[in-house]
Amino acid sequence: MLRIKGLTKRYRTGDLALKGIDLDVPDSQVMALIGPSGAGKSTVIRCINRLVEPTAGSVALNDTEITVLRSADLRRVRRRIGMIFQEYALVERLTVMENVLSGRLGYVGFWQSWLRRFPQSDIDEAFRLLERVGLDHMADKRADELSGGQRQRVGICRALIQNPELLLVDEPTASLDPKTSRQIMRLIKELCAERKLSAIINIHDVMLAQMFAERIVGLRLGEIVYDGPPNELTPAVLTSIYGEEDWSATIRKAADEDPDSGKDSVVPFERSLSDRDRLAGLT
Amino acid sequence: MMSVVVKGGLKIWQRRDRNAQLAIWVSWLAATALFVYCFQLISEKTIWAFVWDAPAQAGDLAARMVPPDWGLIRHLARPIWDTINIATLGTVIAVILAVPVAYCAARNTTPSVTLVRPVALFIIVASRSINSLIWALMLVTIVGPGVFAGIIAIGLRSIGFCAKLLYEAIEEIDEGQVEAVRATGATGAQVSVYGIVPQVLPAFAGISVFRWDINIRESTVLGLVGAGGIGLELNAAITQLHWTQVSLMLLVIIGTVIVSEWVSAKVRHAII
Amino acid sequence: MSISIQTTRHWKKRPLIQRASLRWTLGLGAAFYLALALGTTDVNWNRVWEGLPRGTQFVTAFFPPDFANRWDEIVDGISESLWMTVVSTVVGIAISIPVGIGAARNIAPAPVYYFCRSILTVSRSFQEVILAIFFVKLFGFGPFAGVVTLSFATIGFYGKLLAEDIEDMDAAQAEAVRATGASWLQWINFGVQPQVMPRMIGLGLYRLDINFRESAVLGIVGGGGIGATLNTSFERYEFDSAAAIVLVIIAIVMLAEYSSGYLRRWVQ
Repeated sequence: MLRIKGLTKRYRTGDLALKGIDLDVPDSQVMALIGPSGAGKSTVIRCINRLVEPTAGSVALNDTEITVLRSADLRRVRRRIGMIFQEYALVERLTVMENVLSGRLGYVGFWQSWLRRFPQSDIDEAFRLLERVGLDHMADKRADELSGGQRQRVGICRALIQNPELLLVDEPTASLDPKTSRQIMRLIKELCAERKLSAIINIHDVMLAQMFAERIVGLRLGEIVYDGPPNELTPAVLTSIYGEEDWSATIRKAADEDPDSGKDSVVPFERSLSDRDRLAGLT
Repeated sequence: MMSVVVKGGLKIWQRRDRNAQLAIWVSWLAATALFVYCFQLISEKTIWAFVWDAPAQAGDLAARMVPPDWGLIRHLARPIWDTINIATLGTVIAVILAVPVAYCAARNTTPSVTLVRPVALFIIVASRSINSLIWALMLVTIVGPGVFAGIIAIGLRSIGFCAKLLYEAIEEIDEGQVEAVRATGATGAQVSVYGIVPQVLPAFAGISVFRWDINIRESTVLGLVGAGGIGLELNAAITQLHWTQVSLMLLVIIGTVIVSEWVSAKVRHAII
Repeated sequence: MSISIQTTRHWKKRPLIQRASLRWTLGLGAAFYLALALGTTDVNWNRVWEGLPRGTQFVTAFFPPDFANRWDEIVDGISESLWMTVVSTVVGIAISIPVGIGAARNIAPAPVYYFCRSILTVSRSFQEVILAIFFVKLFGFGPFAGVVTLSFATIGFYGKLLAEDIEDMDAAQAEAVRATGASWLQWINFGVQPQVMPRMIGLGLYRLDINFRESAVLGIVGGGGIGATLNTSFERYEFDSAAAIVLVIIAIVMLAEYSSGYLRRWVQ
């Protein structure tokens, strides 16, 4: 359970990015954070693992208060929080395997990581994850040889190998085509369900947010203006988040594709082989 | 590169396969051995007692250098002016001469790949491999000591540098643009002026300013072999053990170099 | 478009600098400076004239150069230059890695940043020969002073370029590694090093080349290497020996350039 109280961030330029956010994310809930550019979505999730230092407020992950931690403890809590990035943020000149294993850096010592001597259990887990996302045959490719969708899948593996309690996802589909975007969102949702993970997903695309999240939080100018289920997103709500616009084409009809009713929506871990084929064939 | 090995049901992962790993270890070993060997040879020629004594010497020297002899600063105006002139005029000469050399050296503009290009490349290598101080050494014996020898030395040393960077820039131009100009029926010279020059002009300006900045630094030492500038005064002050004068000159040199670096960065920034 | 109005429209290429006043100031300033600089440059044309025969003498000395007369000294000097090059490049790069990391604004705290930047500035401000004069004073004549000089100069060169490369790196890749809970050293190793490594290997080879060329002059002030031999042969007007040395230097530089290009391709 993640509990955010009065989270405030003022940048050195004086801009007030967050104005006292209160937010609780219970275990195994997939939550989408929507809002216009500059609303503070990115700042919220970066304040949670303190890639950005919050100015005031508290962030607690399962009763660990994160905002007061010093460097070693902060690293220990960071490894409990997986993060998936916009534009993938893979280290491009490292191989796929090295990228995935870099998710274990918080657990192994410096020399071990320097010599790339990760424990066999980590390597097994890395292969299992790569297999799960359909990329185990790519383990020795360099990250910059991969397509966008493949890269984001490696990014997901890197986050999951941390064995996190919470997933922070920053615009995962920002540079992907519509089809790959859906695949990636579906994968994230499935993996969260398999591992009982909670996730906060920053996303621009309201339709994708409605399709794959069970709860939607709307942010505007550093304040929460909506917090509720996806099907209560009305034109009025969207206007309060984004401003005046014709929303009729954006809002998903209730009868449209429901991710929870699809036959392949939640794939159990054992079925990963067919899943892999499905994913590999589509990239 | 296969580095995933299946061993008894376990997938072992290594960053590299065995042969690549071996090659890397061997190269490291060879490099280390070479380093140790070279160090050994140098160590044989070194009087280590002097080296251990060096910190004390350095402290002593530093103490004798303060305070800098500020009164001398008026007498340094001329040497610094000469130094700047050596660098600037030398750069101007080099830049002017580098253009035809680069034109002949670039694969896509040279009149003849078999005859002219090798000559141009040799000029570039010869000019680059010989340090400006060696050029100055030669020129001082030929044209006599003074600023003139320094200017020519800097000029000759810089031709290679400027021409090399310039011909690389010429080789990287967009052939499509040149082709489009040629398609209008332009003559060879017109193609150069309309198709090539606009593409390499920013690089050319950047290279000139960059080299000028380097030349300021280089021209501070030419005086050591008699080729004018502040090096002359520095050498005199050191041989006469006037350490307070030496420290002032060092400060002046640092100042000049920092200013020139700043100017060069500003100009390059404005161009790009 | 007003086709009906038949006026001749003049066109002129627009000048590079738009503001006329600035254009004229720069132009006149440059002309004034050139006049002043040329005017204050004393050239003793008689001396130049006298020297020209010596110049032709020097040029003819290349055909053929005299390798035989001072062969042993040339071999000694060149090999000493080569040892100095190897040792100083290795030592210099080893030291410039921490200095360069410390001088990168995006990863170093302010006090460390300013400290490392000032080391780089001092090292870059002084030409190698000036540094060599002082190191010869401290460590005595011989190659050790030359090695210290070249190592110090390498720090300025390599450290600055490393710092700039780190400042230009993709921050997202590094941030992603930091988010996994990596320690600082792990972060450098996984997030920063892969991004800067290829360029730094190339620059290391380039510096090797520069150090060899510089080592050829340090001998003039007593810093070891071939420079001492070269200086002596100039002083004795033994132009054919000097020509031989210069040719050897050119040959080695060419060889180094060729092989470093090959090595760089192999590394990538």
